Amino acid sequence: MSLFLIAALPFLGAVFPALLIRAGRNAAASAAGLTTFLALMGLLIHIPAVMRGEVVTARFDWIPGLGLNANFMLDGLGFLFALLILGIGLLIILYARFYLSREDPMGQFYTYLLLFQGAMVGIVLSDNILLLLIFWELTSLSSFLLIGYWKHLPEGRQGARMALAVTGSGGLAMIAGMLILGNIVGSYDLSVILQNRELIQSSPYYLPALILILLGCFTKSAQFPFHFWLPHAMAAPTPVSAYLHSATMVKAGLFLMARMWPVLAGTEAWFYIVATTGLVTMLIGAVIALFKDDLKALLAFSTVSHLGLVTMLLGFGTKIGVVAAMFHIINHATFKAALFMTAGIVDHETGTRDIKRLGGLRHLMPLTFTIGTIAALSMAGIPPLNGFLSKEMMLEEAVHTVWRNSHYLVPGLALLAAVFSAAYSFRFISHVFLGPARDDYPAHPHDPPAGLWLAPAFLVVLVVLIGLNSATLVGPLVAVVSSAVIGGEKLPYYSLKLWHGFTPALYMSVVATLGGLFLLALHRRGEAIWNALPRPEAKAIFDAVISAMTEASRWITDELHNGVISRYAIILITFTVGLGYYAFATGTIGLETRVPLEAPIIPIIGWLCLIVATMGIMWFHRNRLLSLVLIGVVGLIVSMAFNYLSAPDLALTQISVEVVTMILLLLSLNFLPTETPWDSSAARRWRDAAISVVAGLGTGGLIYALMLRDFAFPTISEFHLANSYKGGGGTNVVNVILVDFRGFDTFGEIIVLGIAALIIYALTEAVLGTSVRAYLLNRKPHWPQSGDSHPLMMVVVTRVMMPIALMVGAYIFFRGHNQPGGGFIAGLVVAIAFLMQYMASGYTWAIERQRFYYHGTIGWGVLIAAATGLGAWFNERPFLTSDFGYLHWPPLEEFEWATAMLFDTGVFLAVLGAVMLALDSLSRFAWRPGMAQEFPMDINPLRDDLAEEQEKAKEQG
Amino acid sequence: MEALVASAVGVLTAAGIFLILRRRTFPVILGLSLLTYAVNVFLFATGRLAVNAPAVLNKYEQVPYTDPLPQALVLTAIVISFGMTAVIVMIALGAYLSAKDDHIDMAARDSVDGAGEDA
Repeated sequence: MSLFLIAALPFLGAVFPALLIRAGRNAAASAAGLTTFLALMGLLIHIPAVMRGEVVTARFDWIPGLGLNANFMLDGLGFLFALLILGIGLLIILYARFYLSREDPMGQFYTYLLLFQGAMVGIVLSDNILLLLIFWELTSLSSFLLIGYWKHLPEGRQGARMALAVTGSGGLAMIAGMLILGNIVGSYDLSVILQNRELIQSSPYYLPALILILLGCFTKSAQFPFHFWLPHAMAAPTPVSAYLHSATMVKAGLFLMARMWPVLAGTEAWFYIVATTGLVTMLIGAVIALFKDDLKALLAFSTVSHLGLVTMLLGFGTKIGVVAAMFHIINHATFKAALFMTAGIVDHETGTRDIKRLGGLRHLMPLTFTIGTIAALSMAGIPPLNGFLSKEMMLEEAVHTVWRNSHYLVPGLALLAAVFSAAYSFRFISHVFLGPARDDYPAHPHDPPAGLWLAPAFLVVLVVLIGLNSATLVGPLVAVVSSAVIGGEKLPYYSLKLWHGFTPALYMSVVATLGGLFLLALHRRGEAIWNALPRPEAKAIFDAVISAMTEASRWITDELHNGVISRYAIILITFTVGLGYYAFATGTIGLETRVPLEAPIIPIIGWLCLIVATMGIMWFHRNRLLSLVLIGVVGLIVSMAFNYLSAPDLALTQISVEVVTMILLLLSLNFLPTETPWDSSAARRWRDAAISVVAGLGTGGLIYALMLRDFAFPTISEFHLANSYKGGGGTNVVNVILVDFRGFDTFGEIIVLGIAALIIYALTEAVLGTSVRAYLLNRKPHWPQSGDSHPLMMVVVTRVMMPIALMVGAYIFFRGHNQPGGGFIAGLVVAIAFLMQYMASGYTWAIERQRFYYHGTIGWGVLIAAATGLGAWFNERPFLTSDFGYLHWPPLEEFEWATAMLFDTGVFLAVLGAVMLALDSLSRFAWRPGMAQEFPMDINPLRDDLAEEQEKAKEQG
Repeated sequence: MEALVASAVGVLTAAGIFLILRRRTFPVILGLSLLTYAVNVFLFATGRLAVNAPAVLNKYEQVPYTDPLPQALVLTAIVISFGMTAVIVMIALGAYLSAKDDHIDMAARDSVDGAGEDA
């Protein structure tokens, strides 16, 4: 099976449990199991190739520009981990089906589990470190979902958050490390990186990269001082603990250290960081585990300790160390998953995991007792079980390790850890299963149904078999895996067997076992001492750090975002001005290359008007109506300037936008205060004036300098001029750019405009739904109202002008492709034609005659534009490619058609709808009942006469 | 001509920013409108100025054309800025009608911004 498929199967399968849960819990579990089984089979097919030492690959260039390739490879190391992930995953799926209760959403559980499984498989099969990082982060996210699966438990939520915070931040560090590594080598492909040991280790960036990558590994694998999240993650359901926190996720860090071993290991830095961390973790985990009363906490710290053991072995940097590490990973996965499941069974059947409340379960749960005891003895390192073999290899390696000239430090501490390790294993057996049966269990314990004990029993059988017959059962696998880790070099001599003769390791094992029994006997006294000792509580520290960080960021946010918007504006403006000054001060400015244009008298007059009007706005801005009039002057001058400076399209757009903006502002001024009161101090006004003047000088100076120089780089405008007619079929280049060359931009812009109009509509709805409506109906206008709200002349003229205005709109629209005009301008012109009716005849009158909702107009506009764009696909062209041609109908002149016209229709409709919806919404603020006026004139003597006549006729008739 | 355009942009920018820094909604809206003019003219002027050279192709003779690209960009910018102005006007109006207050700054923390700013 292709590696792509193996990696993808869990992700694809994740959909099914979520859907099939409606068909029952068995269906969901079977779907999850079947998916995992298929992936496992796909993996097993590759056994022959992997055992021959070949590397199976699957390559696909995903984003080659970034060096991100979806490359997968399967060698011995990847095979071992994938086997653990999928194999134990299968057992967990079986176990969880019986473990979870009826109230738990099982479909969700299996979906999360498969997502996690897919991410893990992705990590171990990746041949590209960027791809690996993606999967790495995915495991953090999916494990967050799994740990917090019991959403109702605060411990679950906190544990999930803590796990995510720790492993997630470690993952961020690792991203940085991996990027450094990729930059040193010049490739992000693992297979390339692994070939470049000398290059990497001689690089000055080796140490930073190493530390950053190790941070990722240590957080993920719960190494000291990041070990604290793992026990808190035990709030998860037991299947999750057994899967994530014994067999898979916490081993991802070990996997990565093993994967990177050929290029990172072998240096002093590696030895001292990795081996020491592993040693400390192993010892601390073992000591704490002995004094934990919660079964799962005991197992969690034991896991921390065993992860430390493997880390230490990898840290030694010797080939035998790697062999021992890989062997122990296999062994640990088997006995620890079995132990977690046993703990889950005990919890499930007795109702408690507190060791203090347990004991004497031997007779009540004989099967569970057998499984748990064998697994725990293996953990303690008792022959002939598999835990003994790898622990002995570890001790043997420790004996040969020198730490800073000290021959005894590493073996001594390793032995101490082994003593504690034996002690907590024995405690697990004796305090849970041995001793007299009690009568105060929260539930009536008995052996569970087969579904629960089958999976751990299977693992325990493996524990025994591997222990008895390691050389033939896992020997070849360990050899292949180890040689994959050390980069294909020849393995030194070793043998996996129970009896090595009277070696130091054997004596140490004996001491560890006896010491363990001794500690167990003294446990009560030891516990009293332990409880009396002051020791840091990791969760409290973590919470304190997190809340300090939250406080700090809240303080910064509050200080920066204190609700004083004008201050944000000042910060933004001064910062921008500062940046501009920096660029100006550090850059070089070229010579003037353009001759300035002549300035005839009329433009100068226009300029004067603009300056005077702008100054006037500044001066009189407290009189709001006057400043609106002045801003209208500015808008007009700007339109005329556009026209004068060869931009007729801009002039047309500006002037029509000017009209609608003025109407909008006048309407709003109706409801706002007419005057702006004085509420800034003189000092503040001077400060603002100074900032404004500096910004104005800077902007003006910049554009002046720009206008007197030619382009520093060739522009793309030449292309547009050259291809407008040939490629776009239009002579108005500006319009062709809008509807053709940059049609996608325009498409986005009409959508934005439509959204803006919808926001306005929604705001109106929201505001008018409150007490504001009553206020509006009762308010008195600012100014005395005209007695004639719909003046006769205006009504008549606008109604007569309506068809003319529409025709102008159509004319501007149709000529747009070749002459100034187009959809934008036509939309604005037609909108103004409609608005005139609103103004002259009143809102109610206009709304009664409205045939289409403006929402629909916007929607149709966007849809038509999109459909035009999609049409290009049917001709196998990219989105929005336009086409055009010429028709010749005999009586008429040559007639051009272009798909861009259709697109422009969409633009037209969207602009029309957006403008109308915006102003229509605003008009609704002024609406009052009984304002409808059917007739052009409020007072019409003729109408009165008619009414009189009718009345007379009635009286007579 | 360039000096006229540049000085107009400068004056519009300064006036716009000054009004944006006021403390009521309406002057801020006016300031944004002025700044919009300034920015649009600025963008337009990056295509360099030309008189009597619209970017409408002439089939019959060789004539100079102005740079069409900034014009196309500014054209959509003008329309979009209308949409933006309308949204801001609406927000200001809704806020004023709901709270009967047209200050743009949150009153509760005004003191943080420095003493003596409320005249």
